[in-house]
Amino acid sequence: MGILKLDNIKMQFGGVVALNNLNIDVEKGKIEALIGPNGAGKTTAFNVITGVYTPTSGDVYYNDKKITGLTPDKITKMGIARTFQNIRLFKNLTVLDNILIANHLHVKSNFLSHTLRMPWSRQEEKNMREKSEMLLDRLGLLSLKNEIASSLPYGEQRKLEIARALATDAKLLLLDEPAAGMNPSETMQLSNFIHDIRDEFQLTIFMIEHHMDLVMEISDKIYVLDFGELIAQGTADEVKNDPRVIEAYLGVEEDA
Amino acid sequence: MIDQRKKHNFKLYNIIIFIVFVAFITALDLKFLGDDYVRRVLSLAAIYTIVSVSMNLVNGFTGLFSLGQAGFMAVGAYTVAIFTVPLEKRAAIFYVVDQNPVLAQIHLPFVVALILGGLLSALIAILIGIPVLRLRSDYLAIATLGFSEIIRIILTNAKSITNGALGIKGIPEMPTMWVFFGVMILSVTLIVLLINSSYGRAFKAIREDEIAAEAMGINLFKHKVMSFAIGAFFAGIGGGLLASLLGTVDPKQFYFTMTYNFLLIIVLGGMGSISGTVIASFIVTIGLEVLRFFDEPLTLLGFNIPLFRAGFRMVIFSALLMILVLFFRNGLLGQKELSWDMITSWFNKKTLRRKEKGGAL
Amino acid sequence: MTFEIFMQQLANGISIGSLYALIAIGYTMVYGILRLINFAHGDIFMMASYFMVFSMVNFGLPWYVSMVIVIIATILLGVLVEKTAYKPLRNAPRMSIMISAIGVSFLLENLATYLFTGVPKGFPDIAILTQAISFGNISFSVATLVTPIITLILLYVVQFITNKTKIGMAMRASSIDFETARLMGININRVISTTFVIGSGLAAVGAILWGSKYPSVMPLMGVMPGLKCFIAAVLGGIGNTTGAVLGGFILGMAEIMLVTFLPSLTGYRDAIAFIILIVVLLVKPTGLLGEKVTDKV
Repeated sequence: MGILKLDNIKMQFGGVVALNNLNIDVEKGKIEALIGPNGAGKTTAFNVITGVYTPTSGDVYYNDKKITGLTPDKITKMGIARTFQNIRLFKNLTVLDNILIANHLHVKSNFLSHTLRMPWSRQEEKNMREKSEMLLDRLGLLSLKNEIASSLPYGEQRKLEIARALATDAKLLLLDEPAAGMNPSETMQLSNFIHDIRDEFQLTIFMIEHHMDLVMEISDKIYVLDFGELIAQGTADEVKNDPRVIEAYLGVEEDA
Repeated sequence: MIDQRKKHNFKLYNIIIFIVFVAFITALDLKFLGDDYVRRVLSLAAIYTIVSVSMNLVNGFTGLFSLGQAGFMAVGAYTVAIFTVPLEKRAAIFYVVDQNPVLAQIHLPFVVALILGGLLSALIAILIGIPVLRLRSDYLAIATLGFSEIIRIILTNAKSITNGALGIKGIPEMPTMWVFFGVMILSVTLIVLLINSSYGRAFKAIREDEIAAEAMGINLFKHKVMSFAIGAFFAGIGGGLLASLLGTVDPKQFYFTMTYNFLLIIVLGGMGSISGTVIASFIVTIGLEVLRFFDEPLTLLGFNIPLFRAGFRMVIFSALLMILVLFFRNGLLGQKELSWDMITSWFNKKTLRRKEKGGAL
Repeated sequence: MTFEIFMQQLANGISIGSLYALIAIGYTMVYGILRLINFAHGDIFMMASYFMVFSMVNFGLPWYVSMVIVIIATILLGVLVEKTAYKPLRNAPRMSIMISAIGVSFLLENLATYLFTGVPKGFPDIAILTQAISFGNISFSVATLVTPIITLILLYVVQFITNKTKIGMAMRASSIDFETARLMGININRVISTTFVIGSGLAAVGAILWGSKYPSVMPLMGVMPGLKCFIAAVLGGIGNTTGAVLGGFILGMAEIMLVTFLPSLTGYRDAIAFIILIVVLLVKPTGLLGEKVTDKV
């Protein structure tokens, strides 16, 4: 059963068609990847899924519920969380604060009782902190909890961004180039990390990635996008040998 | 172990400072110290602290550019003025146009009128916020400046409610400075508690990165309106206190340039620093009083210094704002809060530097 | 109400509207490129009025010489503001730039109060603009009649610059994507300076025509027109010069019509602009001719 479904998505900016007839069906519990040359529309697809853009036509379904046109915060509340291509942490805040902020969507009591530190709000805050520290501990970031996010090394910032997405209790994780800027050994670690969190948190992972080694190794299914259109999909082997994919990446006459 | 002792010491320092502060204000209040002018300026500084801290909540912690403080203060001030002037004095004040017959019957205790003024301000903030904060929050500056002007137009024109340009006199004065300082301590405490709660973190997230905040499930619109309305509430409270400090209100007091006082304060103190704002409120309020001599003609050794005449003070004021934002963007404290750790490390650095210097010599 | 009064008010509305339009173009262009509300724009307009007073009254220069001097001086002031207050903050948080804009605006107002006092000065009489022309029972000043014409001609010139010249193309590119334009080798500082030259020049023309209609010059005279004209730019679609002119006309007409048909509400004339702002933001936040702006993610 598909957890995420893109049904005939078209996304147009002025005269530019960024996505055309895009159909994607991500299966629950799998790791699937969206690849394609630069400017193929991968991040645009993520922005459509997460509600940053409303598609020109077509619909997005999450667990068979239509989520087209919902605002990003509502979509996150339903269980889809994302990371960003150019890391968008809350830079001047601490690691712990970054995680706590991602817990805010679960807060039940209102701002007055939180300001006045009512017992039930205190409990809520306490639970939130315990949960956040547990998550940080699990991901090996606990010792950094009081550091300012922007002071972390690059790799840790990527990890923190994933941790932050996990803190929303999402069931579907969208990772936008998680391995960008990493060296091969870091990429290998990341690969294990993604596997581990998928199993531990029972996630479905849909990611955009340029590191082909990583993609080929961990993806159950791969979608290839070129100029806004899906040109291939399937397992790593199927995609690797698809002539259209080779053409898109290597180019026939023009540079991709 | 050393850390714990340090913490213990710091706690002690805090208590000592608090006692000194209370003693100082009480001494002033009981007229052991200072004169009416000093009492007035310090009470004004306390009011400015409330408004500035609440403005920092909106501008410094949530990242919204609101310039409506003067307008919200006007709402609070007029609410207190309209409802607390004794009934028997009303006819003498509204001698050109009669007061609205319903309002003429209503007298409220100061505290009730003060809170009502704050709530009214917050309500107006919500009404402005709903259209403006939904999509393009950068228009908030224009909308709030416009609101400050419209409220003045209304105050001048709605004569049966506000007595028009004549204003309202005879607002009961407060028996003690502690009214101003008490409300200041309460307001600042509440805002600090809010900022350090989950909602405060959500505000900061919006300031840091709206797109990421929204992707983390934070409803931008709701939280922006919330912060803006809370800021307006405290500005309204500040306005109500100002009305009772001055004993009189008129539309001209609430010209939109008044907001720039608070803007200077939060820039000087640090956008995103409460302790910086409190310190800057007192520096700026007292500074503006001290600088009044700039507006007086100055004669030195028989020469008339030509620079000193009416308006010079405000030129310095606005130049100072420019210099701060261009060269000292972080103000006194940036986004940090004043702490004993900061003070001791600052002193340590200084002595270290002196030692190094000494060593080199 | 007689037909004559109506016609007279209609002409008034159009001419006020075109004055708003001239100032609104400056706002819309700067916002289009820098995403900055140039709060000082209204005060640059105010300074232009003072320049005209000094040139004609204190130096006794004829109006046509003064006009040229005033336009040049205003442009220099506009560019000076950009170079000192905005350029150093190009990479600073948006909040700092907005505060700087407010700061410059306040500094100009206070400087004017300090240097020229708060007492209103009379705007010099430019006979060719203030003389009346009559059509039957209806009489207009020349200024009322020529203002819309001048505005439309200047709008055409601005459009020519933005659409047909190289610098204009650079301006349009910068307004779509500032960073990419910079990466593509566009001299962004030159683009911004040009924008301020055009905006300040138009504000100077606006000030001269304004003074011929309302001959009183004060330090805070630019505040209200400034706020209103920004709203006119939002109404027309921020970033769009035709929209700015359209917004200016609509705002001017709305104000004059309120005064004509509901004279008891004359005191609330200045409030209309803000009501329009609220309505636009609720109904069509992109303005009449604006395009949807999407943030980059």
